[in-house]
Amino acid sequence: MSEKKATRVAYGEALLELAAENDKVVVLDADLSHATMTLNFSQQYPDRFFNCGIAECNMIDIAAGMSTMGYIPFASTFAIFGTGRAYEMVRNSVAYPHFNVKLAMTHAGITVGEDGGSHQTFEDMALMRVIPGMTVICPCDANEAKRAVKAAAAMDGPVYLRFARAASYVFEEEMPFEIGKANVLRDGTDGVIFAIGLMVKPALDAAAAMAEEGKNIAVVNVHTLKPLDTETVLAYAQKCGKVMTIEEHSIIGGLGDAVASTLIGNGCFGFRKVGINDLFGQSGTSNDVLDEYGLSDAKILAQVKDFFG
Amino acid sequence: MDIKELKEVCRQVRIDIINEVADAKSGHPGGSLSAVEMMVATFYTQMRVDPKNPKDPDRDRFVLSKGHAAPCYYAVLAEKGFFPKEELKHLRQLHAMLQGHPDCKKIPGVDAATGSLGQGISIATGMALGAKHGGKDIKVYTMVGDGEMQEGLVWEASMAAAHYKLDNLTVMVDNNGLQIDGANNDVMSLGDIPAKFRAFGFHVIELPDGNDLEAVIDALNAPTEPGKPKCIVAHTVKGKGVSFMEGDFNWHGKAPNEEQRQKALAELEA
Repeated sequence: MSEKKATRVAYGEALLELAAENDKVVVLDADLSHATMTLNFSQQYPDRFFNCGIAECNMIDIAAGMSTMGYIPFASTFAIFGTGRAYEMVRNSVAYPHFNVKLAMTHAGITVGEDGGSHQTFEDMALMRVIPGMTVICPCDANEAKRAVKAAAAMDGPVYLRFARAASYVFEEEMPFEIGKANVLRDGTDGVIFAIGLMVKPALDAAAAMAEEGKNIAVVNVHTLKPLDTETVLAYAQKCGKVMTIEEHSIIGGLGDAVASTLIGNGCFGFRKVGINDLFGQSGTSNDVLDEYGLSDAKILAQVKDFFG
Repeated sequence: MDIKELKEVCRQVRIDIINEVADAKSGHPGGSLSAVEMMVATFYTQMRVDPKNPKDPDRDRFVLSKGHAAPCYYAVLAEKGFFPKEELKHLRQLHAMLQGHPDCKKIPGVDAATGSLGQGISIATGMALGAKHGGKDIKVYTMVGDGEMQEGLVWEASMAAAHYKLDNLTVMVDNNGLQIDGANNDVMSLGDIPAKFRAFGFHVIELPDGNDLEAVIDALNAPTEPGKPKCIVAHTVKGKGVSFMEGDFNWHGKAPNEEQRQKALAELEA
């Protein structure tokens, strides 16, 4: 098995590659560069790195201002602060005028672990998804994270990039990445799992286990929550009939709701949303909190067996 | 333009403000009227902008952080020729170009989307930072209201402007002393505003009368200290130029009726 690697680490690496390719790329942080992994960029490109101090709202608006001067600002902090505390700056100063700001936020989801409930956000994708014109991406592994960063830089307009703190599985095979195009990782006919972010790997493992029991479950990596690949979602739901969504996010407002909205009025489906069940988190290791909130490999497998079995 | 002509522009802008708000039957006349001299002086004596090329990347920038003073902003932009004055009649109407608060997607000459208080000065700080980083001689002007300074973001932005030594940034404070709910000092005291900006690292110029056009121009012309952003704290009169609006917080966000419009215009056209 390959080395585990956090998507935030890949973000830091991607910034260095981008910086070399495009001198318009600048990075802003709010005193968390050691954690968001913008540190290397700040050291190699000190004149293109702007620490805004512990002032996330101001960082977002400074990024908005810099984008109007022709730069491609990547603004980084923890997801809870960038999408929560600074929500209205994202909404009014960045998204409303459709400025070219990339909101690259780390430490999203439950896998933040030990820092606890104040720092674990399960609402971030919901908050970003309701903003008109916002692109929302959550990569499934370090490689996809890198491709997502580059794709975000290449497009015009605001993008929310969601990264995780914890080191996670890295897929060996090269996956295509196109914003708004879901990847079918495993085909099937008896059911389909739409998964996002770190939940893609356990979804695949669970589907493999189901195959041994004679059930062919498709797995689709929905890395782009918005714009959602409604064509693929609808096609696989209609082909498979039973639909499960898995996300390291609240079951309210995230992938589950996005898929459900797509399917409403388009047929009759078995449907189960797997995610954080409208709860705040708590401290613990990544693995412990994942299990506590029903998102460990074992708990996901149990859900999949229960639903599709 | 000489000072006499500029004063005439100010008078016309005030007339436009009254008509805009009266036509729209909503909007913010008080804080628009207090800001006239500063906005006219900025656009007519300081900024390098071309109404025919409003997106010129090398233009100076203006961000109306107190976005509710949009009627003044729009009147100045129209007078400068960024769009036809006819548009002023349709302020706040469905499908009109002129939104209730400045919208850079729709309105030529508007550089940011403002209206949510505190954000404009922060965006302007980012613009000034971008200009400096790019080695461009671009000046950035922003106007904040006094009540607006109750927003913590104003001070986050001020800290950053001083930290990054943005001497290409000018912050104007329209210090009319009033906000929607009443006097600043009754709602939330602002204390010593010039001292606060000085403490944050600004070069501060105090204007006893921010509706004195010549004094405003002098303050804008005055150089800042190298490495320091400039702040002009201008004491102004809310509702300036319309006797029954002057100094009355009730005219912060209320439109004159037809009778009041005619009364105001009679004063301004006298």
